[in-house]
Amino acid sequence: MIDFGYSLTASSRISLDNIDQKKIKKITAIEPDFLKCMACGSCAASCSAGNFTKVNLRMVILLLNRGLDKEAVSLIEGCMLCGKCTLVCPRGINTRNLIGNILKIYKEV
Amino acid sequence: MNKQVLVIGGGPAGLETAGQLENLGYKVYIVEKSDKLGGHLLKWDRLFPDSISAAETLQKLLEPVVHITTFLGCEVVSVNKTGGHFYVQLSNEATLSVSSIVVTAGFSLFSAEKKEEYGYNIYNRVVTSADIESYFKTKSDDRIQNPKSIGFVHCVGSRDEKACNKQCSKVCCITAVKQACEMKELYPEADVYCFYMDLRMYGRGYEDLYLEAQSQYGIRFIRGRVSEVAEDETGRLVIKAEDTLSSKPLKITLDLLVLMVGMVKNSDNEKLSSLLNTRLGDDGFFQCANPILRSTEGESEGIFFAGASTGPKTLPESINEAKASALAIHGYLSKQK
Repeated sequence: MIDFGYSLTASSRISLDNIDQKKIKKITAIEPDFLKCMACGSCAASCSAGNFTKVNLRMVILLLNRGLDKEAVSLIEGCMLCGKCTLVCPRGINTRNLIGNILKIYKEV
Repeated sequence: MNKQVLVIGGGPAGLETAGQLENLGYKVYIVEKSDKLGGHLLKWDRLFPDSISAAETLQKLLEPVVHITTFLGCEVVSVNKTGGHFYVQLSNEATLSVSSIVVTAGFSLFSAEKKEEYGYNIYNRVVTSADIESYFKTKSDDRIQNPKSIGFVHCVGSRDEKACNKQCSKVCCITAVKQACEMKELYPEADVYCFYMDLRMYGRGYEDLYLEAQSQYGIRFIRGRVSEVAEDETGRLVIKAEDTLSSKPLKITLDLLVLMVGMVKNSDNEKLSSLLNTRLGDDGFFQCANPILRSTEGESEGIFFAGASTGPKTLPESINEAKASALAIHGYLSKQK
């Protein structure tokens, strides 16, 4: 292809139309507390890995709900399952169970 | 002779004030500019957060006032104060002599047409929170045809300087959550979204309803203000907002959009306040004597307030203020010769 010196930038826009909700339903069935997140950020603030990696559970839950599965999963890969986020979550979400199951369901091929 | 009190506005605050004053032995008059008592409560189906029936609530408010002299379709034309008495002329030619006046004139709903970018009365599938309440009552609205995806826009005409309403309307957040759950009950297959800037769940039971909306009803909350609405070739609505929690622009196609219209000042507040020799705040609502200690009293003697005439309030707040106002009037009139 001829290089004209410019390229197209992919859109960063989220489209909520036609999001495949199968996996979200699956995760919600195992861990119903998935729906309870109110995006306060306590989990991310207390995260042992968060200072050095992109680990951010608040963002993971959000991105899964927006259909951005790959980006979401990439944000928990550094998680060490220390469980500090479980301690601080005001809605009492079993975050460790949630993370384990997200990894299981979303890494399935 | 019993001392006489005029209640301006026959909504919930006015009805409760009138009932309380009659109980205390005063001769009460209600003047209401529309042709029916009940105010905005007439249009509502169920009340947050416990889904109590609006019609039954109104019935209970009306029972104690059946004997009270009521002027419907009527407004105050002039007020002359001499000594401790107000001589009031009404638009139906009646003249009253009263010792005290309570302003329970309430609020108006924001006209959704003013936010043209949301397409109310332009696109067929855009409705307001008031429209959806009357839909719950009648189960009939041509614009609502088995929607598969429904969006609620919070803060329409509230917290909006350009719309000349800086105030938070207080009731819309919880109303949106209530209506979202009710729509999900009617249409269990539908995806329901709430677009919010902040969720102000300050009242008892509100946070519980919010949690229930998330975990039981699966309502999805998106933090971001809808910036524009367009119609696609099939008549569905294309909504744009920023998902501020992920800092990404967001697009969604919906079958129904509900605009949570806020509480704004009445357009005739200025006229009424000049007749009563009271002041309005910068927000156009009536100014009370002291917002903490004397919130139901006016700055000029003998004038009192209750309900949303002094700013957005929930229904129980208005009812409580009505009781407080009646007691303040009783205190004032007891001292008067």
